[in-house]
Amino acid sequence: MSDTWLMTNLRAVKGRAYPRIIGASREPSWIFFEVALPLLTVAAYAYIYKFMEAPAAFVGFVILGGAMTAFWLNVLWGMASQLYWEKETGNLQLYLMAPISRMSLLAGMAVGGLMGTTMRAAATMIIGICVFSITLDLSEPLMLFAVFMATMIALYGMGMMFASLYLLLGREAWHMSNLMTEPIYLASGFYFPVKALGAYAAVGASVIPITLGLDALRQLFYPSSREAYGFLPIEIELLVLVGLCGLFLVLSKISLDYMEKLGKSTGRLTLRWQ
Amino acid sequence: MQPAVETKALTRVFHPKKKKEGKSVTALAGVDLRIEQGELFGLLGPNGAGKTTLLKILSTLLLPTTGKAYVAGYDVATQFHAVRKRINMVSGGEISGYGLLTVKENLWMFTQFYGMKSQVALKRIDEMLEQFGLADKKNEKVRALSTGQRQKMNVIRGFVTDPEIIFLDEPTLGLDVNASRTIREFIVDWVKKRNDRTVLLTTHYMAEADQLCGRIAIIDDGRILACDTPENLKKMVKTSTMLKLDTTHLGNKQGLSSIKGVEKFTFTDNPESNMTSLRFVLEDEVAVSDIVSAVIAGGAKILGLRKTEPTLEDVFIKLVGKGFE
Repeated sequence: MSDTWLMTNLRAVKGRAYPRIIGASREPSWIFFEVALPLLTVAAYAYIYKFMEAPAAFVGFVILGGAMTAFWLNVLWGMASQLYWEKETGNLQLYLMAPISRMSLLAGMAVGGLMGTTMRAAATMIIGICVFSITLDLSEPLMLFAVFMATMIALYGMGMMFASLYLLLGREAWHMSNLMTEPIYLASGFYFPVKALGAYAAVGASVIPITLGLDALRQLFYPSSREAYGFLPIEIELLVLVGLCGLFLVLSKISLDYMEKLGKSTGRLTLRWQ
Repeated sequence: MQPAVETKALTRVFHPKKKKEGKSVTALAGVDLRIEQGELFGLLGPNGAGKTTLLKILSTLLLPTTGKAYVAGYDVATQFHAVRKRINMVSGGEISGYGLLTVKENLWMFTQFYGMKSQVALKRIDEMLEQFGLADKKNEKVRALSTGQRQKMNVIRGFVTDPEIIFLDEPTLGLDVNASRTIREFIVDWVKKRNDRTVLLTTHYMAEADQLCGRIAIIDDGRILACDTPENLKKMVKTSTMLKLDTTHLGNKQGLSSIKGVEKFTFTDNPESNMTSLRFVLEDEVAVSDIVSAVIAGGAKILGLRKTEPTLEDVFIKLVGKGFE
């Protein structure tokens, strides 16, 4: 692996990430659609918990879940569906013709998406914290950072894998993304501790990295709720997340290679009109 | 010297997804081509002739069904990494890039996929924007550009990485005269500046191929029918007489091809003006009077008749027996 190869691919990551990062500042409508509107859902759950006199931590859980929905939606619509849209606009063939690893393009999409979405999620989180006057425990910042990063790498790794698979599905990808939105909110416990679903369901839902990521973040922000509402010990959850990072990155490489090979032999995947 | 592009018995067959969806389509049927370094080579043919398929194979986006293709000496099927470092491609009507980025940002983004240092890339982008008369648009969002401006930007995208070999697939498709001229002049200058740069241009504009290309291959139904300089190709019909005839609408044209002395003929009906344009390649000028008689007998009025110099279209008509439209 030469230095030139590495630099070329790092530049490709930077180049592909750029439109996503800059796009956030060029389209201010995101403040309404991706911060204000999700906050309404968050508020609804928060008031339900308040009305039921649930422990104060539950309002915090809801705000955390509300912020994390931005990442899930970005993975579905901005990662998984992206190669299909790139094909439709003619970008995909230019990307595939470039002398770079295809993984660097997906990595660029992921890095750009992650950076842009973090801004949105942070805005949701900050507004939620201010409106509902909640307090978070930040006594384990390193663990918090490790869990967040592992969750994001695994989650975006899954998005990278879906990107190639969605390309095979073509227009059906729309339905896939729609199908995977609400059910995952439920299965991954975006607005409640996933432990409530029962052990088997929670283990099944843990294939989606955000399930264990959210559970670990809940435990870190509210240490007093660990015993009652935590699904697995944080260290175990972090370990599984690290494993999922490797798994999804490897699977995304395999699916990307498969997609390109199929595209080149049939001419159907990478060419807009075929 | 190693050729820039070489194909040997290249075929490409597209199979339907399911058998009931129709028959397989042979897009390329045994194409043998050799393009030397420094050539501005044209591939001329009607829509569906196989031009774009050939370019997709050469640009490593598609695999050949059988046969071999080499670009800069590398096999496109097995050494595609080496090929990709040396090529770029621009297609007519491209809508690549992102509308919310500015022209300069879009171009910079594509240079990053070729590993160009930002400083070098931005300097070259500025120079090329100036050359194409787009300097004042560099900070405008791409979605605000006109079709011509967008295509100029696409052409810059292809050339800014300074490829050894560039594939241009109908680069002036649908553009106005000025935008087309700017692009054509740039292409010619680019090849002239260094003798190791090669352009493979596909087009169905005869005049464009005639004006730009040192050599031209005429392709139809996936086969190369002729390959030579425009002058030599036109010599193929030099012994024939070219005749253009404009008439009021001519319904029955069946008998025209059987007139003695008519080698090939094509026609275009224009329903809006209620006119028919006929184009003949004649072995013998004696046929003219018979053609005129046949047209009048068919109930049409002759609006214009002239002998013309042979063009590439006449060559195509002679080779294929039909026009481009």
